[in-house]
Amino acid sequence: MSPPTQWLSATETAAKVASGELTASRIVDHYLARIANIDREIGAYLVVSSDEARRAAQEIDQARAANQPLGPLAGVPIALKDMLVTKGTVTTAGSKILEGWIPPYDGTVVEKLRAAGAIILGKVNCDEFGMGSSTERSAYKKTKNPWDTSRVPGGSSGGSAAAVAAGLCAASLGTDTGGSLRQPAAFCGCVGFKPTYGRVSRWGVVAFASSLDQVGPLTRTVRDAALMLEVIAGVDPRDSTSLDAPVPKYTDALTGDVKGLRVGVPHEYFEGTIDDEVRAAIEKTKQALVERGAILVEISLPNTAHALAAYYIVAPAEASSNLARYDGIRFGKAAAGAKNLYDLYARSRGQGFGPEVKRRIMLGTYALRSGYYAAYYKKAQQIRTLIKRDFDNAFQHVDVILTPTTPTAAFRFNSKASPLEMYLGDVFTLSCNLAGIPGMSVPCGITIDGLPIGVQLLGKPLDEATLLRTGGVIEAVVGLGARRPGGVPA
Amino acid sequence: MPTLTRKEVDEIAMLARLHLEPDESARMQDDLGKILDHFLALATVETEGVPAMTHAVPMDLRLRSDEPAPSLPASDALRGAPAREGDTFLVPAIINGGDA
Repeated sequence: MSPPTQWLSATETAAKVASGELTASRIVDHYLARIANIDREIGAYLVVSSDEARRAAQEIDQARAANQPLGPLAGVPIALKDMLVTKGTVTTAGSKILEGWIPPYDGTVVEKLRAAGAIILGKVNCDEFGMGSSTERSAYKKTKNPWDTSRVPGGSSGGSAAAVAAGLCAASLGTDTGGSLRQPAAFCGCVGFKPTYGRVSRWGVVAFASSLDQVGPLTRTVRDAALMLEVIAGVDPRDSTSLDAPVPKYTDALTGDVKGLRVGVPHEYFEGTIDDEVRAAIEKTKQALVERGAILVEISLPNTAHALAAYYIVAPAEASSNLARYDGIRFGKAAAGAKNLYDLYARSRGQGFGPEVKRRIMLGTYALRSGYYAAYYKKAQQIRTLIKRDFDNAFQHVDVILTPTTPTAAFRFNSKASPLEMYLGDVFTLSCNLAGIPGMSVPCGITIDGLPIGVQLLGKPLDEATLLRTGGVIEAVVGLGARRPGGVPA
Repeated sequence: MPTLTRKEVDEIAMLARLHLEPDESARMQDDLGKILDHFLALATVETEGVPAMTHAVPMDLRLRSDEPAPSLPASDALRGAPAREGDTFLVPAIINGGDA
């Protein structure tokens, strides 16, 4: 028997629409009803685009009835992280400074999704401007983890992960600057995929740190991540940093075969404090790969210990520059009663940005200011080179690197005492962005308390296919199977 | 270099065009001080002769062909502006306007 509509994968949903077993309209109505019933408790959505979604579904159904060719995501309901710019639909990046902003254009990835027949259900919550690891930093609402609603969904793509895990969309797109797809995916039992830097266009993505940001899928299955990546990847004349490289058929990578695959295990990632249950799940995953013919290789990434400090200089420095555009003049909110131009800038920004964004702007401005640049920003960029070299060296001996995604499973609300403590939780995911390589998180187990655990795979630049192939095997052997979160109705 | 003084916090806020209330400024001094202290370890990393990396993927920035194409109509671009007049953004006067 087929599972209920909300637990079909994106791949299965598209197949049922293509075969005529389900209409897109019926699927969309099902999801909209489920959002109306459940999302008050979960808090994933900032905007639900009911009318637009129903219209798009009717178009798909009419196209099918007229025997017109359907796109690969025809009839698949998708939730978009609010960092992605959507024509005619409010886009806030989780910030009050953009409250009510209706963009006049679609981002490239949004255009590509629509062209593939995907149906945009709405915009989902995130930490303000992607700066956070729990979605507690959203200026709008609290998003809960569907596996345990007393815990965070992770972040910054927490709305995406909660929506996918709770069956409130078939799949989602998010952004990842330092782990913002992989960490929430791990916390919510989903697949999170950060492509190689430049693999996916950033045009129409609210900028956080431009040399680190990438858009990627957050899905229920590895195959769905491959399918979504096929749709969104590729060069874009509007993003000069997008890579002009052919887009493989990523779904073909899921061969189920890891015989002879060389899997690197960096000892530096296992030396710090890692929760025992996370450690045990990663061990089990390693053994599962070995039993299927993979070869484990102990490797060293000696500069791992410096990644956190380097990241928290580079990312805030770029953010302080990118967020200069929010000036109270061109879009967003302006402070009332400003005495002069400086006052208008400073008060609009003071009122519009939340505490974490202010902290990062201050940190970035500190690191970039005259006299401090060499000690902080330049030093961090040099360390970035060392981290990249570590990966280049490692990938001469291995095909893929395996680590935990996070040191612990999902934590409780308000449990991180200081900003620094929150930053320390990102320790395993940051290096991937600094080096620009692809990374993914795949569910690999569950704690005694019923919280999902994720394993992270890191790959060579543009070798997304090997990550997907390895992830597919992990999913099949140690994944969560048909297990569903306890915090929402089945 | 760290810990930060309150005066430094206020200078950085001015450079960042960010108005901070006094209690925010005090909290910022504490938070940033702790974060910067943590970053002191970077100074011990040997980076002599290591090039600084701006982008992870080597890329030659491409030029697009120099052909005129329609751009966003001014009315659309201005729609989100808090204050506008005709086809222009409205800002406080900066000449004879007493800009700080």
